[in-house]
Amino acid sequence: MSVLSVGDLHVTYRTKGGDVPAVRGVSFDIDKGHVLGLAGESGCGKSTIAGAILRLHSPKTKIEGNVIIDGQDVLSLKPGRLRAVRWTGASIIFQGALHALNPVRRVGDQIVEAITVHKLAGEREARVRTAELLEEVGLPARRIDDYPHELSGGQKQRVMIAMALACNPSLVIADEPTTALDVMVQAQVLQLLKSLQRELGLAMLFITHDLSVLVEVADRIAIMYAGQIIEEGPAEHVFHDPAHPYTKALAGAFPAIGDARFRGKPAGLGGDPPDPQHVPSGCPFHPRCPEAIAVCPTLDVELWTAGEDRRAACVHVSGAPVLSESRE
Amino acid sequence: MSDTTQERAGPVVGDPVIEVRDLEVSFSGRTSLLGGLMKKKAAVATAVDGVDLTLHEGEVLALAGESGCGKTTTARAIMGLIRPNGGQISFRGKPLGRKLQSYRRVVQMVFQDPTASLNPRQTIYESVAEGLRIHKIHEGPNGEGEEELVARALSRAGLRPPERFYLLYPHELSGGQRQRVVIAGALVLDPRVIVADEPVSNLDASVRGEILQLLLGLRDSLQLSILIVTHDLGLAWTVADRVAVMYLGRIVEIGPAEEVLLRPRHPYTKALLDVVPEAGGIDRPILQGEPPDPTRVPRGCRFHPRCPVVASGEAATLGIDGKCRGEDLGLEELSPGHLAACYEASLRRGPVTPLLPEPSASETPRQVDP
Amino acid sequence: MITSPHQPDDLTVGTEAAPPPAPRDPKKIKWLRRKRALAGFWLVYRQSKMGMVGLILLVTFIFLALAAPLLVSRTDLGVSDPPGAPFLRPSGEFPLGTDDFGRSVLDLVIYGSRISLIVGFAATVMTMTVGAAVGIIGGYYGGKTDTLMNALTNWFLVIPWIPLAIVLASILGRSLFNTILVIGLTSWAGTARLVRADTLSVKERPYVERARALGASNWHLVSRHILPNVMPVIFANTVLTVALSILAETTLSLLGLGDPSSISWGGVIFDAFDAGALSAGLWWWLIPPGICICLVTLAFTMCGYALDEVLNPKIRER
Repeated sequence: MSVLSVGDLHVTYRTKGGDVPAVRGVSFDIDKGHVLGLAGESGCGKSTIAGAILRLHSPKTKIEGNVIIDGQDVLSLKPGRLRAVRWTGASIIFQGALHALNPVRRVGDQIVEAITVHKLAGEREARVRTAELLEEVGLPARRIDDYPHELSGGQKQRVMIAMALACNPSLVIADEPTTALDVMVQAQVLQLLKSLQRELGLAMLFITHDLSVLVEVADRIAIMYAGQIIEEGPAEHVFHDPAHPYTKALAGAFPAIGDARFRGKPAGLGGDPPDPQHVPSGCPFHPRCPEAIAVCPTLDVELWTAGEDRRAACVHVSGAPVLSESRE
Repeated sequence: MSDTTQERAGPVVGDPVIEVRDLEVSFSGRTSLLGGLMKKKAAVATAVDGVDLTLHEGEVLALAGESGCGKTTTARAIMGLIRPNGGQISFRGKPLGRKLQSYRRVVQMVFQDPTASLNPRQTIYESVAEGLRIHKIHEGPNGEGEEELVARALSRAGLRPPERFYLLYPHELSGGQRQRVVIAGALVLDPRVIVADEPVSNLDASVRGEILQLLLGLRDSLQLSILIVTHDLGLAWTVADRVAVMYLGRIVEIGPAEEVLLRPRHPYTKALLDVVPEAGGIDRPILQGEPPDPTRVPRGCRFHPRCPVVASGEAATLGIDGKCRGEDLGLEELSPGHLAACYEASLRRGPVTPLLPEPSASETPRQVDP
Repeated sequence: MITSPHQPDDLTVGTEAAPPPAPRDPKKIKWLRRKRALAGFWLVYRQSKMGMVGLILLVTFIFLALAAPLLVSRTDLGVSDPPGAPFLRPSGEFPLGTDDFGRSVLDLVIYGSRISLIVGFAATVMTMTVGAAVGIIGGYYGGKTDTLMNALTNWFLVIPWIPLAIVLASILGRSLFNTILVIGLTSWAGTARLVRADTLSVKERPYVERARALGASNWHLVSRHILPNVMPVIFANTVLTVALSILAETTLSLLGLGDPSSISWGGVIFDAFDAGALSAGLWWWLIPPGICICLVTLAFTMCGYALDEVLNPKIRER
């Protein structure tokens, strides 16, 4: 049973320089207790999706499609209902947690605020709950009265996690939660997230550019490129046996130490991720693709079957429409 | 004898180019007015606390560690951007003096954030030509004009045809291209050494490989020596000949990349390798806590408060517990070219020489008499 | 954003309108860049309605000031042989009436623009030069130098300028130069503070460190990196300073501290007050100079607003 169901989501920013289609038709489901990893580079639209799910974008931004959390279509909710859903239905652990905390208020107060704003408990009860939350994320309860600058990066991130869990949401969106952290602290935070997710049976959407992190945390992975999902499947398979050429390149950027294939041979991809305002025609990846063939610039790619329980938007996969030159 | 040089068809690692001995860099914190009146001493953070390093010609050395370990400070000191409080840095045998102008021509730096490293008001041409103008170089060794030198540097950095980039501004380029411009700016002076501080961590994952390929290619074609500061051991695996791991201002392990990354000796190195994602799964042991404040360096082995060997009691079993907690130690050569600063590692393998507080062996891959 | 087709070693620039290859002569490159920068600047500035209105107003006044000697004959401004009878109301011959000597107020207003604008600009030049220098030197070098510069700045910041003006006027005498001096002395500190703050921020930027790593001298760093990047702040501040300087000159003249022999808007209003124009209801004498001052100040402010948008892309409207 899906906690989050996103259907054909399109998000277009309105700017002075024209419309920017950041997300161009994305669909996915996340069931209770499952973690979906969303990976991609800058400009692919993954962070936009996080904001779109809770309708955090400016009213000018055009959002089409449907986003259903616990049975309610978020995109059509009135502001009152929407505010109720925010944080209690789904919460976000923001990117750049180091700056997401208000520096002039104590961290405990900020978590208490989350609880009391939703009228889930009175002030005193909320404080007790906050202390519990802090312990759950591995911080001593006395930290409740600290200011953000008294905490280290890893500790601030833990506070953000506690805050996200404050209202018992069914879905937690983690937007690059470990990006600014050291490897050791990153591992600690990932371990914490995973154990909390298991313990509380949360559904989680884990957004990152670091594919290797997803292999540890996610059940399934979806790879985004130019506003679309171009591959999705079970985490292990997608990382170790990618079907889409872009995924292969992305996985190659995180070589396993000891893998002789990469010793002295950095795996790179020419060109750059496309500007959302100038997405190449046909398959958006074709200008950079080492396996591109003649039909790629004109073929409108979709997610076709690429194996058991896997899909990829590439002409070379087994489920792609049969074209004379695409068979190997 | 290191086997890495034979494994690649690249150039053989040569003579020492930069030698760092006993480098010390400290930052003093500020005392409050009241504290100053009470004659309280400001907390001194020893960012670099006795580092020995040798960079050889044609070598890629990775300086790895978490933030706060002192790797960036070490790199900056080597670049002459920070004046060390102690120790000595030599280039081709000659110690650096106070005047660094000529040194700056031969050692160049590539910074972490390519966008911030370029003056947004200068065109690409100007950014690359800047080095030449600063050193008042009006023509190259073979009579080339400024424009020709800039074109050559841009081409070498992979931006072709170079003329197309002259009048562009940094914001009109992509991240990868900006980094290439920064590299071109470093190349235009024909340096011997490049110090790269996290050169690809701000770039998109798929673009990183290209820039790394570029650096390796430059090493091969121009016989450059490259010191890469990074927190990413996977990157070190990809490009480095030797790896030095730093913790709290000291090098705790150094040696050929294969040795350090595949057969690590120091518990900290092992811990770092364990947490590289995907290496062991989410349920593997992870080092708890965070690196201590550089103003309060632990006594004895500075890693001992977090060391799994001490925590598990194994140190006590081996009888070195007292030393780990009480006696500071330096690097010890455990196998040719591979050094580590760990009592436990020294016990298990390597020569049975007494553990000395000073580094006793050099870290060159070739056999040198101590 | 430039997307390049995948080619392992060659990155060709492939935008919608790829720029033609630049010339190969460094001097030509510099010249082309300046031209392009100016053109780009104008393109963005043009889009701001406020900026255009302000610019037109400004150009009008400057034109007026430059053309004043042609429009108004010197003799008409002399008190010995005035063109008309005193205290005349506005009419066809004298659209703004006459003053107590019988001079056309319109002539006075047109001619007065010269002094007002000259003092405004001159005082601003002094303010900007001194302020920017002190700000950059203090901000860049830090330490004792900064402490000294800061002390100096704070000292001047705190001085109330009208009492200072009165003191200086009584010591040095009332002249155009002294007016400019007084305004400059009392305004530079504000600029210095602003510039110092921006210098501190620019100084830490990675590209400055990169230039230092390249071996740049202090002079090179300041002139090629710090100054150009602090320029936007200086520029925006300059525009406001001119407006404030003109107002300051007006104030000084109004208090009777201005140059008695030159004609400025402030001076005209002073004369009007002195002659009892307010109680006599001689509005045509009092109001026009005041309106001019308002318009010029407004013009500068509007230009400043537009400049801010041009130089700081982040605050442009999306």
